[in-house]
Amino acid sequence: MRARVTPWLLLLPALTLLVAFTHWPALATIWDSFLSTPKKGRPAHFIGLDNYRGMVEDEVFWQALTNNVIYAVGTIPLSIALAIAMALWVNSRLAGRGFLRLAYFTPTVLPMIAVANIWLFFYTPQYGLLEQITQALGLPSHNWLGDKRTVLGAIIVVAVWKEAGFFMIFYLAALQQIPPSLAEAAALEGASRAQYFRRVLFPLLMPTTLFVLVNALINSVRMVDHLFVMTRGGPDNASALLLYYIYQVGFSFWDTGYAAALTVVVLAALGAVAFFQIRFLDRRTHYQ
Amino acid sequence: MKKILTVAFAALVVVTTPVAAQKVTEINFYYPVAVGGPVTKTIDQMAADFAKENPDVKVNPIYSGTYQESIVKVLTATKSGKPPQLAVLLSTDMFSLIDEDAIVPIDDIAKSADDKKWLDGFYKSFMMNSRTGGKTWGVPFQRSTIVLYWNKDAFKEAGLDPEKGPANWDQMVEYAKKLTKTDASGNVTQWGVKIPSSGFPYWLFQGLTTPNDVLLMNDAGTETYFDKPAVIEALQYWVDLSAKHKVMPAGVIEWGTTPKDFFEKKAAMIWTTTGNLTNIRANAGFPFGVAMLPAKKHPGSPTGGGNFYVFEKTTPAEQQASLRFIKWATAPQRAAQWSIATGYVAVTPAAWDTPEMKKYAQDVPQALVARDQLQYSVAELSTHDNQRVTTALNNGLQAALTGSKSPADAMRDSQREATRILKDFKR
Repeated sequence: MRARVTPWLLLLPALTLLVAFTHWPALATIWDSFLSTPKKGRPAHFIGLDNYRGMVEDEVFWQALTNNVIYAVGTIPLSIALAIAMALWVNSRLAGRGFLRLAYFTPTVLPMIAVANIWLFFYTPQYGLLEQITQALGLPSHNWLGDKRTVLGAIIVVAVWKEAGFFMIFYLAALQQIPPSLAEAAALEGASRAQYFRRVLFPLLMPTTLFVLVNALINSVRMVDHLFVMTRGGPDNASALLLYYIYQVGFSFWDTGYAAALTVVVLAALGAVAFFQIRFLDRRTHYQ
Repeated sequence: MKKILTVAFAALVVVTTPVAAQKVTEINFYYPVAVGGPVTKTIDQMAADFAKENPDVKVNPIYSGTYQESIVKVLTATKSGKPPQLAVLLSTDMFSLIDEDAIVPIDDIAKSADDKKWLDGFYKSFMMNSRTGGKTWGVPFQRSTIVLYWNKDAFKEAGLDPEKGPANWDQMVEYAKKLTKTDASGNVTQWGVKIPSSGFPYWLFQGLTTPNDVLLMNDAGTETYFDKPAVIEALQYWVDLSAKHKVMPAGVIEWGTTPKDFFEKKAAMIWTTTGNLTNIRANAGFPFGVAMLPAKKHPGSPTGGGNFYVFEKTTPAEQQASLRFIKWATAPQRAAQWSIATGYVAVTPAAWDTPEMKKYAQDVPQALVARDQLQYSVAELSTHDNQRVTTALNNGLQAALTGSKSPADAMRDSQREATRILKDFKR
């Protein structure tokens, strides 16, 4: 009897928190997405798939979705490539590498809101940092955040800058697990550094890459703090991302039913992609 | 034993006496500012001063972030059944708060003849965003309006009269052309004028529609008029400043950095809130002037800023205590002190007649411009489902300013969207 109760008792504190703050709200969100938003004199009632039908016609939703795909495609490969490059560099024996590691990791430690305020100044037309550089080179002036064509790119750069250092830490840890004898053996066989990286290092880093990839994907949906400071989704929704739009619908427009439906769709999409990544890539991943 | 009895008796006396005196009513007062900073100190001081004069009421200021964060916190608290007693929120949140059944009409708690007189003592243009359907829902507290700041040195350099701002639309373009400076490689080093368009462009836009003698919505907050010809004409003027006249940078101009653009002499004229007066006085390294927004058919500007609101689901005693605090905080002398400390426009004519305010107006004559502009001021855009309707207009304005839609198309799209949102509120 005791043997059956004790594990549950031990799990209870964690389980309570998980159920109260993760599972229950998730289920409640799914239920809410089938209800109308309560308004004065009209309490919430069941409307079936109406909220989802509204989504199909909602241009802003489609724009936010497209923006988010571009944002993901722009941030994920770039930040992973940068992370590997930085990890390889600070893993080699060079003077002041402790300082370098710290420098690369700093963006991760800073709060996103503070970072966004700094970048806002970088992008400021006429006297911002970026502008001072382009002016010194004699290039034309540009309003990076005020132009629909460049605003999303500007936002992507901030996200890459913020994330690459974080992923670098994982790659650095993975690199230090790889025995130096492999490098020595490859050198004896006459493999070039590029061959060594492609045939030995990169495959051995695959478990880390898979982990980082899943994280990067989640971050590409989750990381929207800088929008609040830098663009508020503007100009004309050109930098609106899904989570920012959900916040807007939920807490500016107070359309809770529709916000719940949007959340469900985003969660389902994220779940599907993560499932695919783990199932598909896991098979091609070499674990030591 | 005797000693114990004496102590017990003494304790009994101590415990019972205050109860006999009076029960203290506690007021949770949500105030929109991030923690820290000089405004926090001013509010804390107000709460302390009020407590001295009213020992039976305790005001607890709760600093609730930006206006946007504050309304989220207040509505969340209301929905969970624990509303604050009192809050300062945007005057434009009135319809949203009414629709959520969150607030009580002020005239339901301020019934005496004296109270009525007090409510009539505020500037009419500030009351426009505080009344609807024959009821008063908010009391003006920290209110502002848009004015034009100009750099007198830049005016002198361009051969303009440094003591006069542009009086009308044509003059603003003419001045701005003279004030726009370009370097050898063709880059603009000083823009003639900057009208910010990030975040809440609809408010700045009202600085153009109001002089063009057109309103953006009806008093009931159920209709908008974004596609009227006069509105489109106003937007065309705004777009032309950069597209045609090349005196304002293209694209969306960030609200937050506009005062800095002015200090850095990157813009010779800027449009921004009167609330920036103290900031600009402290940081502009050159003499500057403040003018009413340029006129088209007549001068004009929207009002802005925050009102006091009293909340539902609170006891009558708490509502009365809240009212007492509001009356105390908006009394002429205190309104004057508040205006001087923050740069907001003093909300009653009586406040401008206090000796303190008269002295301030002598030292800083620029402060008077905001007051004089009030007679031409209209309500800030506010409708039912307000955030959604203003977002529809903001998107249209930014689309036109970034050149992706023509002003007429942009305003027609915004109007269609606003009509769709408001159809449920028409009855």
